[in-house]
Amino acid sequence: MATRLWQPLGLLAVIAIAAMLFSLTVGSAQLSASQLWAVVQGQGDALAGTMVIDLRLPRGLSAFAVGGLLAVAGALMQVLLRNPLADPYVLGLSGGASIGALAAMLAGVGGVLMSGSAFLGALVSTFLVFGLAHGSGGWTPSRLLLTGVVVAAGWGAVITLMLALSPAERLPGMLYWLMGDLSYARAPWPPLLLLMLTCIVLIPLGRSLNVLARGPQQAAALGVDVRPLEWGIYVAASLLTAAAVTTAGSIGFVGLVVPHMLRLLLGNDQRLILPACALAGGTLLVLADTLARTMIAPEQLPVGVITALLGVPTFLFLLYRSR
Amino acid sequence: MSRLVTQDLIFDVPGRSGGTALNFAIEPGQVWGVLGPNGAGKTTLLHTLAGLNSPRSGQVLLADQPLATLRRRDIARALGMVFQERLDGFPATVLETALIGRHPYLSLWQMEGADDYARAEAALEKLDVAHLRDRLVSTLSGGERQRVAMATVLTQAPSIWLADEPTNHLDLHHQSAVMALMAEQAAEGRAVMMCLHDLNLAARWCDHILLLYPSGEACWGPRDTMLVPSALERLYQQRLATVEVNGAPVFVPVQ
Repeated sequence: MATRLWQPLGLLAVIAIAAMLFSLTVGSAQLSASQLWAVVQGQGDALAGTMVIDLRLPRGLSAFAVGGLLAVAGALMQVLLRNPLADPYVLGLSGGASIGALAAMLAGVGGVLMSGSAFLGALVSTFLVFGLAHGSGGWTPSRLLLTGVVVAAGWGAVITLMLALSPAERLPGMLYWLMGDLSYARAPWPPLLLLMLTCIVLIPLGRSLNVLARGPQQAAALGVDVRPLEWGIYVAASLLTAAAVTTAGSIGFVGLVVPHMLRLLLGNDQRLILPACALAGGTLLVLADTLARTMIAPEQLPVGVITALLGVPTFLFLLYRSR
Repeated sequence: MSRLVTQDLIFDVPGRSGGTALNFAIEPGQVWGVLGPNGAGKTTLLHTLAGLNSPRSGQVLLADQPLATLRRRDIARALGMVFQERLDGFPATVLETALIGRHPYLSLWQMEGADDYARAEAALEKLDVAHLRDRLVSTLSGGERQRVAMATVLTQAPSIWLADEPTNHLDLHHQSAVMALMAEQAAEGRAVMMCLHDLNLAARWCDHILLLYPSGEACWGPRDTMLVPSALERLYQQRLATVEVNGAPVFVPVQ
């Protein structure tokens, strides 16, 4: 039984490490494996060391953390809403974060202030959607989903308005942020630690989530405290998404498609799917970001474009082959 | 083995003002049938007894403890619920579905062990769905899914069964088999309460009957005092003819 879990996770971990090493070696200056090994040991030439340790490693780790966070958040939202089309942004969270970030850019501030502004926007949107969906009665998945979709549409209009009113020289930066961009991600540890912590907390809750996926009443009849668990998922998924969006802008697709790909390959046991999402989502984003910064180097592409270009055909192939 | 007792229970049906306060005890070894027309609140009653709905007033006692004070996990070890409607969340196999019946017994970090698998497989065998164990539940027929749901509760091994129309979608043979299983559970010292639409199954397999009227009125008691044609005709607003087959009454609707 336990091997059924550890085998695929072990394999995914190996792939993740390989992807990480690959992303460290390629770029404007290629490194061979032996050069990378020298850097790891603290030898080799100083320029290569700086490039790997100060530039590529933080960016790669950030990409891994963001991808993992988005995939786990997407898987959680799908269980919470019992809807396969749910993704981390379905409740309007990325729209709120985007408005926060764009407003900061318009005001001419960057760095920590912009991240803080994006995080604040994400939280405001989360509470707004939950408050509206809750209304006078309790919330139901379909009401939460509809509220989220409509609020997201509202944010979309505000974003378009902000873009239309923005001075032309700021537009490229804004568009890149909207599509997801890791070039400013310099602090990988907060999202990475959050990802690890989430996995440690979620694995023991996996069986309860399996039961919850069969509906709240069935779950309650089997001994699950449904309301606290649903609240917990909602808060956790929102926090993970907010952390991801704050680090790298609103990267689409990872949160929707990685959980589905894994479900097609590995089945629906959340105890396996959630940690697998962390590994596979991270790997996908590391590879996508490596491509984004090398394909038309020295120019960079928005990484969201690459995740979609990689993910769409893979997903369609798996879906086509599935029973 | 525990008993389920209601104390002045009025369960909450939206738009209904009153109703009889229910005071009954489901004892180990008994099989109760709940009869009533559509919309009388049979399902709501069962959900209230399972602690899934809050009552309007009064309370339910499980093994002499108020249900509202017990943890869901402890309730789930004593009380199993067969739902009338089931959601297909994500695709799951028949064996995985039966295995979730072990959920209330496993700790957070524990994986299902050989014993849990053995119980689930035995339950599938008992419900005649063992040959479907690796099929996705979503690909099964209505009757097969009904039996898988029964197998899940059998895996849960509660001392009180609450079954909402357990014979739904079942062919005649499996209807009898499922009712025989309920009777067997009661004979082993468990208590059973089920909602039924088939008067004749109730007459054949239940020893206690609760009649539930759309107004919220209810009466309950041993089968023979409850299954009188005049009461049943008033309950269903339907004329009935009664014949006797093998010593048991059989009710047939007539014009």
